[in-house]
Amino acid sequence: MQSPSFASVDDVASRLRDAGYLPDGAIATTVFLADRLGKPLLVEGPAGVGKTELAKAVATATGAELIRLQCYEGLDEARALYEWNYKKQLLRIQASKDDAQWDEIHDDIFAEEFLLSRPLLTAIRREEPTVLLIDETDKADVEVEGLLLEVLSDFQVTIPELGTISATRRPIVFLTSNATRELSEALKRRCLYLHLDYPDAAREKEIVLTRVPEVAEQLAEQLVRTVRAMRALELKKSPSISESIDWARTLVALGLDTLDEESVKTTLGVVLKHASDHVRASEQLKLN
Amino acid sequence: MAEGLVDREIGFFHALRDAGIGISLAEVLDATRALGTVDLLEREHLREAFAACVLKRPAHRDAFDTLFDIWFPPVLGDPSAWSLEPDADAEPGEGGESEPGDPRVMREVLKNLLLDGDEEAMRRFVRSVVNDLGRSDTAPGRQSWFSYRVLRALSPETLMASLLDAMLTEQQRGGLAEKVARQTVQERIRQFQEMVEAEVRRRLAEDRGVEQVSKTAVHPLAEQVDFLRATRADMAELRRQVFPLARRLATRLTARRRLGRSGRLDFRRTVRASLGTGGVPLVTHHKPHKPHKPELVVLCDVSGSVAGFAHFTLMLAYALREQFTKVRAFAFIDTVDEVTDFFTPGGDVADALARMSAEADLVWFDGHSDYGHSITEFAKRYPDAVGPRTSLLILGDARNNYRATGLQPLKSLVQRARHAYWLNPEPRAYWGSGDSATAQYAEVLEMVEVRNAVQLEDFVQRLLPT
Repeated sequence: MQSPSFASVDDVASRLRDAGYLPDGAIATTVFLADRLGKPLLVEGPAGVGKTELAKAVATATGAELIRLQCYEGLDEARALYEWNYKKQLLRIQASKDDAQWDEIHDDIFAEEFLLSRPLLTAIRREEPTVLLIDETDKADVEVEGLLLEVLSDFQVTIPELGTISATRRPIVFLTSNATRELSEALKRRCLYLHLDYPDAAREKEIVLTRVPEVAEQLAEQLVRTVRAMRALELKKSPSISESIDWARTLVALGLDTLDEESVKTTLGVVLKHASDHVRASEQLKLN
Repeated sequence: MAEGLVDREIGFFHALRDAGIGISLAEVLDATRALGTVDLLEREHLREAFAACVLKRPAHRDAFDTLFDIWFPPVLGDPSAWSLEPDADAEPGEGGESEPGDPRVMREVLKNLLLDGDEEAMRRFVRSVVNDLGRSDTAPGRQSWFSYRVLRALSPETLMASLLDAMLTEQQRGGLAEKVARQTVQERIRQFQEMVEAEVRRRLAEDRGVEQVSKTAVHPLAEQVDFLRATRADMAELRRQVFPLARRLATRLTARRRLGRSGRLDFRRTVRASLGTGGVPLVTHHKPHKPHKPELVVLCDVSGSVAGFAHFTLMLAYALREQFTKVRAFAFIDTVDEVTDFFTPGGDVADALARMSAEADLVWFDGHSDYGHSITEFAKRYPDAVGPRTSLLILGDARNNYRATGLQPLKSLVQRARHAYWLNPEPRAYWGSGDSATAQYAEVLEMVEVRNAVQLEDFVQRLLPT
């Protein structure tokens, strides 16, 4: 068993803080457990609450390299795990056409040399500290989940021609999901689960202040409260942390130092991205 | 590891299972291993560690927190009796020195706390007020705890006006600033109420034992609440869950469709792919099956008693509209009107429902449910709505106020449709009692009991073909 990367929950919190990520208790504890128990961590939550950022921050905090597998519809084994470099294999066969025995070539063309390593295999084979980020798992097809099961539960990959490759050093694995579809029970059971939601007012204010240091504290406070009021409306897409940060940047760039009806109205597009949400928010927040 | 701790943990997980949260043995093992790694003196760390191991759905979080507070209480007994914190720690104006039980003083303290938003001070305050105001001696030597006694004595909602006065200046009144301040205060008041309820549960659990309290403490999950008994808060929660539910259903359908064999050979793609292997078609490619998509016609009773159910089902139908070629919705009370146009794609469903009740022409005679007249009208006014590719859904409790049932037009509608179902939000046991015309209608088409979101989910899966 390799030595864990973090000493305690507080250690996680302070090191993530140094990496520029402000964790709350839940985040710090879960990251600590993921490291200690050697289990992958499934992070779910609405878009823009900092799921991918968390993985990046953990990589920075532990001095590990981040290997990222971006999921999309149609992602398959050849893109996620490994692929045989068949062009090179063909060359090898053609080059030794005359003299060599088939048996020899046969063993030869399925060697390390002809293997193209994709993110999952790369992460497993690395000797140095690694953070593996499987981003937007929900976008991938259901079959990919099956592929992930072996990798995530035993940290090994079976290649029929080469045998089973086990991790020499277990990477810290993050899976993120926007919950556009439900992931399978089997996958969830193998993971620790963290639901990232919109932060509480104090933490959100702190995040805005760290990310946009130019913004005045008074304004940040106002901004966070207004964003929270918007989240309480039944909107199609509630503004998340990234929108709060964008909004703070916008206000700073425009040189506004207070949030009143006028300034909210002119910059609403930064926070709300649907026409129907605009209408609803201006109505309910009495912007007109 | 102490055996008592593991017993406690297992008991806690059993209580979670009783509350409808599935936990596998593997997850219990994870949680137990986690127990060995975190600092047990840090209660919040323990809570999050358990949550990370066994909770896999955000909807279960509230139930989990409630039960955790009961099984792993933050303090024991009356904390002020053996005050660990010296008075110097207490904040000025917190009321440590005032007479216990004087609600006027306490309201003043509460007002300051709500203005201030300091959670830790609030928690201490809640402990002391529950101790002072929440107890009632039900019998000699027996006592019970009530949150309503505390909430009534302090009535935090009535503090709103004076809180807003304190937060806002004169010119900020009426506009955005007031709305935002109001929201902030409401949030804090709700937090206070939740704290009081949690504290009362903790005291109760000490008196009566944790198992006893766990059984009643957890509010049923929104998806298991009966539509007919749902409170406003339940309905709001359900509305929030419509889209996740629709997504879940859509995924399962796609998965099921994928399992079936793919369709005809795609000649062009197969030849293209064969170039990579020197012209030998090693892998064949197939055209995907075109999934059969039915047309959906929803005919729903939106009279007061079943409106919540109808709204939820309509929202779900619209969230799932990609699974159908066409969705048409008709609403009725004692006459029928088409409401399809209120649900524009990309529009706001909550608005659509509000506009539907305001603008659609649903009342013909007296505004009491009349299934017979509505069905007859539907068949007459929209003869083209139901065809051989239509799945017809009728939503309602079939409580017809002893009026004519309109069986004949319904029969011909059912014959024309590909499928026809009647979804009834009433428990099966009540069917046919009083003015319920369930028996007559059930002879014509299949009637399904759909009391809560879980049953609706099951039904939708049956309705949609693979």
